[in-house]
Amino acid sequence: MDTKIVFIKDTNTKLDTTRDFYAHFLNLLRENALEDKVQVVRIADIGIYDQGLVVKFPDENIIYANVQDKDLKDIIAQTIKEGKVIKELLFKAQPKQLRIVLRNCGEIDPENIDEYIAQDGYQALAKVVSDYKPEQVIEELKKSGLRGRGGAGFPTWLKWKLTRETPEAQKYVICNADEGDPGAYMDRGVLEGDPHSVIEGLILAGYAIGASKGYFYVRAEYPLAVERVEKALKQAYDYGFLGKNILGSNFSFDIDIRLGAGAFVCGEETALIASIEGRRGTPRPRPPYPSVKGLWDKPTAINNVETLANIGPIILKGGSWYASIGTEKSKGTKVFALTGKVKNSGLVEVPMGITLREIVFDIGGGMLSDKGIKAIQTGGPSGGVIPKEYLDTPVDYENLQKLGSIMGSGGMIVMDEDDCMVDIAKFYLGFCVDESCGKCVPCRIGGYQMLSLLNKITESQGKIEDLDKLKRIALAMQKASLCALGQTAANPVVSTIKYFEEEYRDHIVNKKCRSHKCKHLLNYNVIQDKCKRCRVCVINCPVNAISGDKEAGFFVDPKTCIRCGKCFEVCKFNAIAKE
Amino acid sequence: MVEEKKSMQEEIFSLVNKWKNKEGNLIMILHELQNYYGYVPRPAALELSRVLHTPLARIYEVITFYNFFKLEPPGKHTISLCLGTACYLKGAAVLLNEIKGLLNIEEGQTTKDGLFQLDVVRCLGCCGLAPVIKIDDKIYGKVQKNQVMGILSEYGNHKKEE
Repeated sequence: MDTKIVFIKDTNTKLDTTRDFYAHFLNLLRENALEDKVQVVRIADIGIYDQGLVVKFPDENIIYANVQDKDLKDIIAQTIKEGKVIKELLFKAQPKQLRIVLRNCGEIDPENIDEYIAQDGYQALAKVVSDYKPEQVIEELKKSGLRGRGGAGFPTWLKWKLTRETPEAQKYVICNADEGDPGAYMDRGVLEGDPHSVIEGLILAGYAIGASKGYFYVRAEYPLAVERVEKALKQAYDYGFLGKNILGSNFSFDIDIRLGAGAFVCGEETALIASIEGRRGTPRPRPPYPSVKGLWDKPTAINNVETLANIGPIILKGGSWYASIGTEKSKGTKVFALTGKVKNSGLVEVPMGITLREIVFDIGGGMLSDKGIKAIQTGGPSGGVIPKEYLDTPVDYENLQKLGSIMGSGGMIVMDEDDCMVDIAKFYLGFCVDESCGKCVPCRIGGYQMLSLLNKITESQGKIEDLDKLKRIALAMQKASLCALGQTAANPVVSTIKYFEEEYRDHIVNKKCRSHKCKHLLNYNVIQDKCKRCRVCVINCPVNAISGDKEAGFFVDPKTCIRCGKCFEVCKFNAIAKE
Repeated sequence: MVEEKKSMQEEIFSLVNKWKNKEGNLIMILHELQNYYGYVPRPAALELSRVLHTPLARIYEVITFYNFFKLEPPGKHTISLCLGTACYLKGAAVLLNEIKGLLNIEEGQTTKDGLFQLDVVRCLGCCGLAPVIKIDDKIYGKVQKNQVMGILSEYGNHKKEE
């Protein structure tokens, strides 16, 4: 029998007993006369955390976790001597996802209130109206550390407290379900999969703030979500969770639906209010904040769908339970819409503090193709890109901000080497220019000017001083725009310049796009060695840019070529090169 | 003609009635109108202005601000091509060009025979299926360029004008 290697490590963070365990292990080995056959190694990091004593046989890849001293005898007798696996001790990989917001999605019938009630639904409401003062609800939220999931991360309890404290008889709460980020669909998932959880959250918000009326502001582009919320509201009225004297208490609350009409800027609080009032969705300067003067000039609290879906569980299980999940400043979980060049795209809910690498590779299953990961974009058009060097960053509000991106509403788009960063910046900026409401100058004109500079760069007309111009306009937009849309519209450009300036310079100086995305910087050529002279490219070229004959070979005339890529597609022998 | 006008008046009246006494009702009423007519016809907007005692300019400023409201009658089938980030990364722009080429229209336009209308939308909320095309209420996911023609042909024969 060769020498067997065993790794051991106490993975409890507080008390490390590896030394004692090591001594005990060696003693037992000696008793069994195995001390020369087995080499026990104390290792600094075994890749498993908070699982007690971990014993790993690296050759067989057997891992035992939460091992007690008394288990050692069995390990020696069975695994070391006989090579048997002790099933009871095997380490079970913890699922990386933790579902609070998505707890019922896909588990219950969203159109059946009874199924929601069977999952402790409306229990939080019952508890609150009978036992809690509104201030206690806010206090519980403060303990939980929940922050707004719409993007900015403002503490939810503070928003509620400020709205509650404004002296005014009529107050409103609004659920912002106008999810407009391209590439994000968390709110849709929750509204379609578990509408009651959001409704319960909204009622609880109304109770805490002292509002008697709530609004659902839902995107009209989500007809199924609208339909499910409508049904759910009706059921909630039928069961007495909405309406007059809810569950026999003095608290009365009504909810109405208002449809959005396709304006990204309506995710901004004051623009959303304008839209509910039936006007153009343009923001206004703040202060006064909506907590003081909101809908119809009354104090209003606006919360995101995901935020509201968290409220019920926090009330039921307690603020300190929620605060035990996540990092120091960012508590709880976050839902991400993981998309792009990743194997398993979809909604994932993870505890704050998980690393980007874990999300992409452990949950997302890694990259779609063999092209390496290049960057991750978070926060949609208001966010930035995070290059692969920072994949091990724990995800929370502060860390993402430090890297020049934001948490945002939860879009997470994985990009590989085929994606051109200038093109991505142009895509996002184009979106913001399109969606700018046009009220304030920095956003309306700054965005347009930046976009034309980016167009110049991708069309091989860029000059090196354009980079400085981009940065200057970006700064002006960030400082002077009226609302968050303008203030953050330049983020994708700023962050791509920050991390991928080389790529911009490549476009400007060398007139090259290394990802072959910017078609004005491409050249198509025939690879003569591979070309079988079949003339398929010649026939398909819409502008007759390919000429030549069977003896001399065929050539693409770069002046006539319009870079449509037709020849590249039709060639069966991969004899057309993109450069 | 007179009769038609009268019926539109009645239609608008019944559409507006539900919302008439609610605050901030304009956008919801426009949704009702568009649901009914498929777009917001100018005579309907005029009639609405009379019923609500709201200036026509106020109504038009809202219609033109929001992408969702249309001023032109839609084609028989609406193609919504998603250009959200996930779809964009996975080649939605290629699909867009393919559709434009096949139907000979630009985004926002309707084919001459009125069969198809091409809209570009920002996100259909099914990024996992990217790239996505929606025709009327049917979603086509993970669409490849060479499938486009087959998908369109499910909706009848579009005659390409020469």
